[in-house]
Amino acid sequence: MSPSDRYPERPQRVYFFGTCLIDLLYPEAGLAGMQLIRREGVEVLYPRDQTCCGQPAWNSGYRDEARSVAMRQIGCFPQPYPIVVPSGSCAGMMRHQYPRLFQGSPEQETALAFAARIFELTEFLVHVLKIDLQDLGAPVEVALHVSCAARRELQVADEHRVLLQQLEGVTLLEQQRAEECCGFGGTFAVKHPEISAAMVEEKCNAVVATGATRLVSGDCGCLMNINGHAQHRNEALQGQHIASFLWERTNAAER
Amino acid sequence: MQQSVEFRGRSREALGNEQIRSNFRQAMDGLMSKRKASFPDQDELRRLRLRAAEIRANALLKLPELLERLEQRCHENGIQVHWAESTAEANAIVLGIMQRHDARLLIKGKSMVSEEMELNHYLEAHGIECLESDLGEYILQLAGEPPSHIVAPAIHKSRQQIAQLFRQKFPDIPYSEDVDTLTRSARTILRRKFNQAPVGLSGVNFAVAETGTICLVENEGNGRMCTTVPPVHIAVTGIEKVVEHLADIPPLLSLLPRSATGQHITTYFNMISSPRKPGERDGPQEVHLVLLDNGRSRIYQDQELIQTLRCIRCGACMNHCPVYARIGGHAYGTTIPGPIGSILEPQKAGLDRLGDLPTASTLCGACAEVCPVKIPIPDLLNRLRFERVRSDGDNLTPGQGSQRHGWEPTVWRAWSWLHAHPLVYRLGTRIASRLRWLQPRRLGNWSRVRSTPRVASRTLHELAAKNGFNDE
Repeated sequence: MSPSDRYPERPQRVYFFGTCLIDLLYPEAGLAGMQLIRREGVEVLYPRDQTCCGQPAWNSGYRDEARSVAMRQIGCFPQPYPIVVPSGSCAGMMRHQYPRLFQGSPEQETALAFAARIFELTEFLVHVLKIDLQDLGAPVEVALHVSCAARRELQVADEHRVLLQQLEGVTLLEQQRAEECCGFGGTFAVKHPEISAAMVEEKCNAVVATGATRLVSGDCGCLMNINGHAQHRNEALQGQHIASFLWERTNAAER
Repeated sequence: MQQSVEFRGRSREALGNEQIRSNFRQAMDGLMSKRKASFPDQDELRRLRLRAAEIRANALLKLPELLERLEQRCHENGIQVHWAESTAEANAIVLGIMQRHDARLLIKGKSMVSEEMELNHYLEAHGIECLESDLGEYILQLAGEPPSHIVAPAIHKSRQQIAQLFRQKFPDIPYSEDVDTLTRSARTILRRKFNQAPVGLSGVNFAVAETGTICLVENEGNGRMCTTVPPVHIAVTGIEKVVEHLADIPPLLSLLPRSATGQHITTYFNMISSPRKPGERDGPQEVHLVLLDNGRSRIYQDQELIQTLRCIRCGACMNHCPVYARIGGHAYGTTIPGPIGSILEPQKAGLDRLGDLPTASTLCGACAEVCPVKIPIPDLLNRLRFERVRSDGDNLTPGQGSQRHGWEPTVWRAWSWLHAHPLVYRLGTRIASRLRWLQPRRLGNWSRVRSTPRVASRTLHELAAKNGFNDE
C-alpha cells in the first residue's frame, strides 16, 4: 500500500491513545506527542476512559482478558477521527492484532474499522501532518532505537529517521546490529530474565559504542529496558522518547 | 531428539558458556550477512517469497490428494512407498528393509527426520552400525551430540574444538586445525565406508507429486553418494514435504539455499525418480520412500497452525533469531530448534512437555521477515501461548491448557478487570503516583540488570487535563 492510500488528509481533530506505560511512567512523552500535534493546528482529544491496549494479556495467551480490555478501548473513541499512538508496540497491537483478537466475534467489523484508524505517532507526523521541524537546540549526537513493532509490524523505521534528520543540530550515530531486538518483549523479560539480560547488555554495548550520550526511541518499553540497563551500569547514556526529544528541541518556550 | 522439558536450565547454562556464545554470534552474523548479500533485489525477493508461500500453501491444502498421487507416481517409477504414522513405525520400516538385505551398516546423508526418529539409536540397539556422512553430522556423531542447527549441525563447535575431537578419536592422524586437512581426513575415512555399506539413507527436500521425484539439496556430494553407491537407498521424509508440480521446484530452489547459507545454488542438487533401470550403469537397485506423519496430520487440521508445515527447513529463522543467537540450538532440547522449532515441536510433543518454547521469544518478528515461505511465526507463537493456557479446547493441540496453573490466571483476571474499569484504573494510577515514594526499589529479576522504572508524580491523564487535552 502506498503512503497516499494508507494515510488520510490532514484532519481537524484526532484522538490520542497515551498507552498505560506512558500514563504511569513517562507521561511527559505522551504530553509532548499531543503538543506536537496541537502545534500543527490539529485539535487533540484525550478520552479519559482509556487504559491499556490489552497487549500484555494477548501476548501471554489470555485472550478473553485481552478482549474485554480491548473492547473498552474501542468504546473510548466513538467518532471516526484518526487515533494517534506514541508507541509502535501498542499501535501494532491495535492496528494489526485487534483484527485477530476479534476474529469471528460479533465485534469483528467494529474492530476492523477501529484498527484502520490507528496511526503510530512518527508516521502520523510525517505522512499526515507533513511536519516541518525547526531545530532550536544545541548540536547533539544521538543514537536511535526503533522498536521491533515499529520496524517490522508497522514498517515505520524510516519515519523515525526522517524526523530526526529534520533537526539541523542533531547528528544521528549508527550502531551495530541496529535492527536487533533489545530483549524487552513484555512478559519475556520476566519469563526469561537471563536471555533478556544478555540481549539488553549487547544492545546497550552497541548504543554506547556509537559515542552518543542520548538515545531516542519511539517506544517506552524498549527505553525502560535499554535505559534501565544503562543506568544500572552507570553509563552516561540518557534515553528519551522521540516525542519528548522532538518537542524539547523545537519548542521555543522550553529554550 | 526430545530431551527433557527443562528449557530454562539449559538456556541459563548456554548463556554462561562464553565459547557457545561467541561461536553462535559469529556464525549467525556470518549467515545473516551472506543471506542479505544474496538477495540484492528486494522486489525479486518479495515476488519469490509470495510465489513460494503460495506453492507451499497450495500443496498443504491438497495434502491428502497429493500424497496419494505421489505414491502412485513413485510406484509407477519403481520406488517403494511406505507409510509411517509414528516414528516407531518408521524405524521398524527401515529396520525391516535392512534385515531383508542382511545389512549391518547404514550410511546416512543428512536427514532431520532421521533425527526426529532417533534412528541411529534404534538401529544400533538392533546391532546395525549407522554412519553419518555429512561432515557436520559426522563430527557430532564422533562427539556423541545432537545437531544444534538444522542446516549447519555442528555450528556450535569452533574449528579448534573439532581439531581436538579428531585428535582424541584418531590419534594416528597428525593434529591440524586447518579446515581442509580436517575435511580430507574425514573424507578418507568415509570414502571406505561408502564402498562397504549395503544401504544408504537420505532425507528429502521436496517430493514432487506430479512426477514422483525426490529432490535432495546438498553441498558435500555425500548425499549423492548415499543415494547412488549402495545397492539400496531409503529416503525418509515428513508427509508435508510434498509439492504438486515439477515447476514448483525452481522458485523454491531459488530461495532455499540463499535463505539458508547465501548460496545461489548448492554444489549438488539431486532429483531421484527411480531405481537403476535395465541397461543403466549406476544407481541403487532399490529405492524406498518412507513417509512419516508423527503428528503432522493433526497440525494439518487447524486452519492457522497448518502454516507451520510450510517450512522448507532453510534455518533462516534461527540464523536471525536474537534468542537462538544467545542460547544456541541445544538449549531448546528438540530436534528442530529456534523459532520454527518453538512452533513445530510443541505441536508434536505436546505443550505439557514443551510449553516453555512458545514463550522463548520477544516476538520481534525477525524470523517472519526472512522466512522464504512467509510463515507468520510470531502469530503462531502467540496462538500457542493461547493454547497452552486456554481453559476450553478442541483437543487438536496436545497439552492444551496444561500451563494454566498457579497464580497466573488470577493475576490476568485481576489485570483485565482493572483495565476494563476506567474509574478504578484512574483512581489506582493516581494513588500510585501520589504514593510513589512507597514504590519498591527493586522489582525481582528486572532489577538485577536494570534500574527500576519510577512512577511519575502525575499521570498522563492528569497532565492531559491540566494542559487542555480533554474528552469530546
